[in-house]
Amino acid sequence: MTARILAPLAIAATVLAGTAQAQAPASNLPNLRIGLREDPDILDPTLARSFVGRIVFASLCDKLFDINDKLEIIPQLATSHRWEDPKTLLITLREGVSFHDGEKMDAEAVRYSLMRHLSMQGSFRRGEITDLESVEVVSPTTLRLRLKQPSSPFLSQLTDRAGMIVSPKAAEAAGRDFGAKPVCAGPFRFVERVAQDRIVLERFAGYWNAANIHFNRVTFQPITDSTARLANLQSGTLDLIEVTSPSDVPGIRGDRRLRLSTVDGLGYWNIIFNIGNGARSQTPLGQDARVRQAFDLAIDREALIQVVYEGLHTPASQPIPPASAMHVRDLAVTARNLERAKALLREAGVRTPVTIDLMLANSPEMRQAGEVIQSMAAEAGFDVRVVATEFASALQAAVRGDYQAYLNGWSGRPDPDGNVWTFMHSRGAQNDGKYANPEVDSLLDQARTESDPAKRTSFYSQAFRLALTQDRARAYLWHPKIIMAHTARLQGFTLVPDGLIRVQGMRLQ
Amino acid sequence: MWGWLLRRLGQIIPTLLILSVMIFALQQLMPGDPAIIMAGEERGDPQVLAEIRAELMLDRPVWEQYAAWLWRLLHGDLGFSWRIRQPVGSLILEKLPVTLQLGTMAFVIAVAIGVPAGVISAAYRDRPADWAANGIALAGISTPNFWLGIMMILLFSVQLGWLPPSGYVPLSEDWRQSLATTIMPAFVLGGGIAGVFMRHTRAAMIGALGQDYVRTARAKGLPERTVIGRHALRNALIPVVTLGTIELGRLLAGAVLTEQIFSIPGFGKLIVDAVFNRDYPVVQGVVVTTAVIFVSLSLIGDMLYMAINPRLRAA
Repeated sequence: MTARILAPLAIAATVLAGTAQAQAPASNLPNLRIGLREDPDILDPTLARSFVGRIVFASLCDKLFDINDKLEIIPQLATSHRWEDPKTLLITLREGVSFHDGEKMDAEAVRYSLMRHLSMQGSFRRGEITDLESVEVVSPTTLRLRLKQPSSPFLSQLTDRAGMIVSPKAAEAAGRDFGAKPVCAGPFRFVERVAQDRIVLERFAGYWNAANIHFNRVTFQPITDSTARLANLQSGTLDLIEVTSPSDVPGIRGDRRLRLSTVDGLGYWNIIFNIGNGARSQTPLGQDARVRQAFDLAIDREALIQVVYEGLHTPASQPIPPASAMHVRDLAVTARNLERAKALLREAGVRTPVTIDLMLANSPEMRQAGEVIQSMAAEAGFDVRVVATEFASALQAAVRGDYQAYLNGWSGRPDPDGNVWTFMHSRGAQNDGKYANPEVDSLLDQARTESDPAKRTSFYSQAFRLALTQDRARAYLWHPKIIMAHTARLQGFTLVPDGLIRVQGMRLQ
Repeated sequence: MWGWLLRRLGQIIPTLLILSVMIFALQQLMPGDPAIIMAGEERGDPQVLAEIRAELMLDRPVWEQYAAWLWRLLHGDLGFSWRIRQPVGSLILEKLPVTLQLGTMAFVIAVAIGVPAGVISAAYRDRPADWAANGIALAGISTPNFWLGIMMILLFSVQLGWLPPSGYVPLSEDWRQSLATTIMPAFVLGGGIAGVFMRHTRAAMIGALGQDYVRTARAKGLPERTVIGRHALRNALIPVVTLGTIELGRLLAGAVLTEQIFSIPGFGKLIVDAVFNRDYPVVQGVVVTTAVIFVSLSLIGDMLYMAINPRLRAA
């Protein structure tokens, strides 16, 4: 009976599936299929905001500079740079580079793109290159960038979307709709986008580094469910996926057809304390650094990472990741110390249990992390209420100060300034706790204008001692690893701490 | 008949207007500021927030936003998605065939399994066939879609390699691959609804089989197949048709979980992403389109009653 039911089903399925595999690629090169965790937002380097969008841009739009796995700045569309003085940057461009529409990529096009990033209404790049004062075209392959003030993170901004050069002709023609059909100078050109289904790119024969590109097409498929994304990899429908659920990792390791790739990321997860943002900062937690320190001392970071993330991530003490040369080495990760935590609460004269609302994103992992923190903090004398909030609502609550403590994360930037200034400086756009300390401000400003990495590290070290050790503005918990899985047939894939997928040199066997 | 049809059509316009007012009102109650989401890393900069609010008309009173939206809608313009800057109209046209195909396939599966199972169950009441049908129906209703979906992917895609685990290919592009990509999600969706159909058909059939006209038909010596098929089932179908239009309407409104698991780019995925990103023009466009589909199906359902039961035509 079972066989009678299953047999026609099997035949039908085989016929249906057979046709799926019968399609031959237009060229002899294979196609690469990548599974993303969500659908990217607009594909315009000036207006884009999402992390997954950056993964697509890595195949579509080359930048002036790139970073390597050691976070060193390396040339891409630019071949070299030289600081003429702390405020003047001379950039030499690669010759013979074309955009996907056949237009020439030259100094004028770079000037156009930088000014577009700086002045276009709604640009998300403006804040990143706000120090840029003017761009002078010296020759078709040379530009002189003048800054309003010395800025050490400026060059690293040109390794991301702010350094992406778009075709001026296409951008002028499309205006604000440029993202619907972006034209850049990357290894692949845009073919089509079906929202929430796929983004298809095709090999650009005129790419300056075409010899290093071994795929005919790259397709990005957003699959939000992590189990379904992994099933697509296991069944061979995808070649490379983002892994967002650590519980998938043991299964990937045990499958000989798959390979796991991990690297320490640039980001972090932390608890932001509401210190000065509205009425809800007026609590023992918001007003007394000793209470915040006691809370910090109650958390066992190793155990938290073990329970929620299979021990994958790295405990954190600061916003600068261990992969960075400017990581402050002598700032130790807080070790759990319940006696000290209880003593601090007694010293602060607060009545226990101290009630804390801990806001976090409404995802299974975040809720689990919140519950682990809740039970750890309870032992020190805290009554933590986990407030799982949908992301958009949490963001609004954070901006308006409608929270006490907020567990959230940041994807990270190659230069430490991108992980620190906007969150810790009193004028920082993402300083949601409204922490303000003039000494910290001054140190962060100096770190921003100083070019010597050793001196910058020293400024950060001093700033963290004030903001974190003394004022306890935030509690850093862990630096997440970037985790990707791919078929064993994929060769030459190197994961860089920024988590982007660089197709150059990769091939399918 | 025509007067009735015109009256029903006349009721649709105020229904849709009330609904559109409700969408706008509910959006105001929704926490989360679209400007803050769109501002991203510059969310702390009041100038950036003001620029975004001005561009999206969020700094205007709600009634003004509503009037502008309604005016554009009357001109066939549903606006632009704030997140990906694509026209909402084209997004909906892109997703509508996907949802229609998936919904219709799921519906056909549900009816094909549910109605015969209900009839058999009623005809063999309190016998093993009835118990088995009830058990399967209960399992179908109780099994969560996401679990069944994942299990089917693991069995048919990962283990057996028969079907693609996700994605969607339009019927016009390659009908066989299109069916291959939609058969699993359609089965997941239809399987649950088949249980509901089975239970309703069974109850209606048991009621019909106890009626005098069925006894008369049997007394006349009609074969049991004719008694059940022509006399009992036809009368029992009226509540099932009502249920069918409601279930089909629900299917065509998008199946959020199933679409997420199988990465089917239909209405469900579209609206969920739009709500989470506070992409209001997309939310408004999808809700209005869904409402039009729902209201139309309800009208078709009423017309079907008349086709099935001639007594209603006189009313």
